[in-house]
Amino acid sequence: MNEENSSTQSRRAFLKNSAIVAGVTVAPGVLLYSVSQAKPSGDAVSSKVRWGMLIDTTKCTDDCNECVTACTNEHGLTEDVPANVKPQWIRKIGLRDKQTSKEYSLPMMCQHCENPPCVDVCPTGASFKRDDGIVLVDRHICIGCRYCMMACPYKARSFVHETLEHQKPHSPRGKGTVEGCTLCAYRIDNDQEPACVEACAKKGHQAMLFGDLNDANSEIAKKLKEVTSSALRPDLRLNPGVRYQGL
Amino acid sequence: MKKINYCLIEGKSVAFFAGIAVSVVLILLGLFAAYNMEHHGHIISGMDNQIVWGIPHVFAIFLILAASGVLNVASISSVFRKIFYSPLARLSALLAITLLVGGLIVLVLDLGRPDRLIVAMTSYNFKSIFAWNIILYNGFIVICLIYLWFMMERRMQKYYPTVGLIAFIWRLILTTGTGSIFGFLVAREAYHTALMPPLFIALSLSLGLAVFLIVLLLDCFETHCPLEEGILHRPKSLLGVFIAVVFYFVMVYHLAHLYFTGRHGVEYFILAGGGIHTILFWGGYIFLGTILPLLLLYHERFTKSHASIAAAALLTIFGGFALLYVIIIGGQAYPIEIFPGMEVISSGFFDMPVNGLAGHPYMPSIWEFMLGLSGIGITALLTLVAVKILPFMPCSLADVSLDPDLKD
Repeated sequence: MNEENSSTQSRRAFLKNSAIVAGVTVAPGVLLYSVSQAKPSGDAVSSKVRWGMLIDTTKCTDDCNECVTACTNEHGLTEDVPANVKPQWIRKIGLRDKQTSKEYSLPMMCQHCENPPCVDVCPTGASFKRDDGIVLVDRHICIGCRYCMMACPYKARSFVHETLEHQKPHSPRGKGTVEGCTLCAYRIDNDQEPACVEACAKKGHQAMLFGDLNDANSEIAKKLKEVTSSALRPDLRLNPGVRYQGL
Repeated sequence: MKKINYCLIEGKSVAFFAGIAVSVVLILLGLFAAYNMEHHGHIISGMDNQIVWGIPHVFAIFLILAASGVLNVASISSVFRKIFYSPLARLSALLAITLLVGGLIVLVLDLGRPDRLIVAMTSYNFKSIFAWNIILYNGFIVICLIYLWFMMERRMQKYYPTVGLIAFIWRLILTTGTGSIFGFLVAREAYHTALMPPLFIALSLSLGLAVFLIVLLLDCFETHCPLEEGILHRPKSLLGVFIAVVFYFVMVYHLAHLYFTGRHGVEYFILAGGGIHTILFWGGYIFLGTILPLLLLYHERFTKSHASIAAAALLTIFGGFALLYVIIIGGQAYPIEIFPGMEVISSGFFDMPVNGLAGHPYMPSIWEFMLGLSGIGITALLTLVAVKILPFMPCSLADVSLDPDLKD
C-alpha cells in the first residue's frame, strides 16, 4: 500500500514537473507568437482599405513649408543639386483665381489615383498601385525611361539625376530610377501617419487629414461627407486619393 | 523581264574608309557619353524633371520613324506591285533594319538604368504602349531580315510578296505605336490627340524616303553607278507628295487645337511666343523643311539636278527633325495645366513660366548630342558593312540598263 502511495506521488511529481518544464519551454513561444500577431507586418495589404488625404486649403498658409521640410528630412531628399533636378515628392503651390483674384496655398504631391496613368504607361510594371491605394515605384525593375513622368498630370514624379548619399534605410532610392511620394507607406504599415501630415499638425495648422477613405467611421470619411471637397483635374476621372477642401 | 544584277560595293575608296572612320568615331563618342551619363547620372545632361525627354529622344524617334518609312520603297514594289521600284527593294529593307537599330540603341543608352534592358525584355505591362513597342520593334527587325532573305534567295521568291505584305502592315502598326506614345498622354495638352499616329506615319514616309534618296545618291556617287532621271523621277515626286501629306496633318492638328479654347495657350506657345520652338516651327519645319524642298522638287529650274534632289532630301530631314523637336520638347516645355481657371503665383517646382519665358528652358548638353549622333553612326556603320559583304545594290541604275517592263 505504502509502496503504491509513494509511486503515485512520484508519478504526480513527475507530471507536475513535466508540466512546469513544458510550460516554461512553450510559453515564450506562444507569447512571442501573440506579439507577432499584434503587428501583422508580414501580411499583404488589403483592398478593404483605401488610404487618402484631405487637404484644407483654408488652413494652409503660404509662408509655411513644414510639410516639405518634413518630407525632405524623412526621406533624406537632401542632395545639393539645382532646383530643376531636385527630387520633387511634395511641393507648395500658390494659386490665384483668374476671375475673382482669391488666393490659395496648398501642398501638391502624388495624388495616389485609383486609375493612375503612370501605372498604365510603365512598360515593365515598375509603377504599381498597392491594394490599399498607395501608388509606388518598384525601384528594382524601374528602367528609368521616365514615361511615367510624361504621363502624370500632376507632375508628381521626379528622376534621380545624380549619385545619392546619406540614404535613409527605411526609404531606399536609386540613381537612374523614378521616384515620388510614397505616402510614407512604411509609417502607415506601422500605424503612423505620413510625415507631412504629422508636421502640419505639429505646426498647429491641421490642414492635412489622413485616413482610410473606405472606413465610414474614420475621421476623413466623416469629414469628406460633411464638407465640399474636390479632386484635381476631375475631368480626367482618375479618382485621386488626395482631395482638396476650399479650392 | 530583264534580270537585275546586284553588286557588292568595292569598298576600297577613300570615301568608304572615311565613312567607316566617321561612324566609328561617332559611336565611340556616343558610348563615352552614355558611360558618363551612367556614371554621373543624368545631371550632366540638359534634361531635368520638367523636360524629361530631350535631344537623344528626338534623334531616336527620328531614326525609328525613318526606319519604318524607308521600307516603303520595298513595299511599293512588293505590295503595290510597282515593279519599277524592285531594284531598290533590298537597300530599302536593309536601311529599315540599320536605322531602327541605331534609334533603339540611342533610346536604350539614354535610360536611367540601361543595364536593366533584360528587365524591359522580360517584364511586360501589356497596358503600356511602350511595352507593345518593344515587341513591335523587335518583331520588325526579324520580319525585315526574313524579307531580305526571301528577296535574295531564289527558292523563296514566291513567298516574297507575302512577307512584303506582313512587313508593310507591321510597319503601319509600329508607327501607330510610336505616335501613340505621345497620343496616349492625357496629361499634356500638346500630345493628347488621336492625330499623333497618322501624323507620325506621314512623317515616317517623308523622312524614310528622304534618307533613302540620300543613301542612294551617296552610294551611286561612291560606286560610280550611273543613276539617271528614269529611276530618280518617281521617288522624287513621291517625296514631294509625302512632304505635302505631313504638312496636311500638321495643319489639321493645329487648326483643331486652335478651335479648342482650352488649348489656345499651348498653340500660342508653339506658333507665336515659344522662342526656339516658334522659330523651329516656322523657320525650320515650314520654310526650310516644307516650302523649300517642294520648290526644289517641283520647280522646272531645279527638278532635274541631282544636287537639288539631294538638297530637298536633306531639307526634308532637317524639317522633320525640327518638327520632332517642337513636338517632343515643346510639348514638355509648356507648363501642365493642373489647376484650370487658376493662375500659379508661386511654386516649388516650375508650375508657372520661368523667368518670364513662355515655357520651361531647355539647353541640351554636348553629351546628349554625342549620344544622339551615335545612333546615326551605328546606322551608317551597319549599312556600310552590309553593302560591302552582301549584294544589296543594283550594278547599274542607268536609264539604258533599266528593264522597259519596269517602267510600268
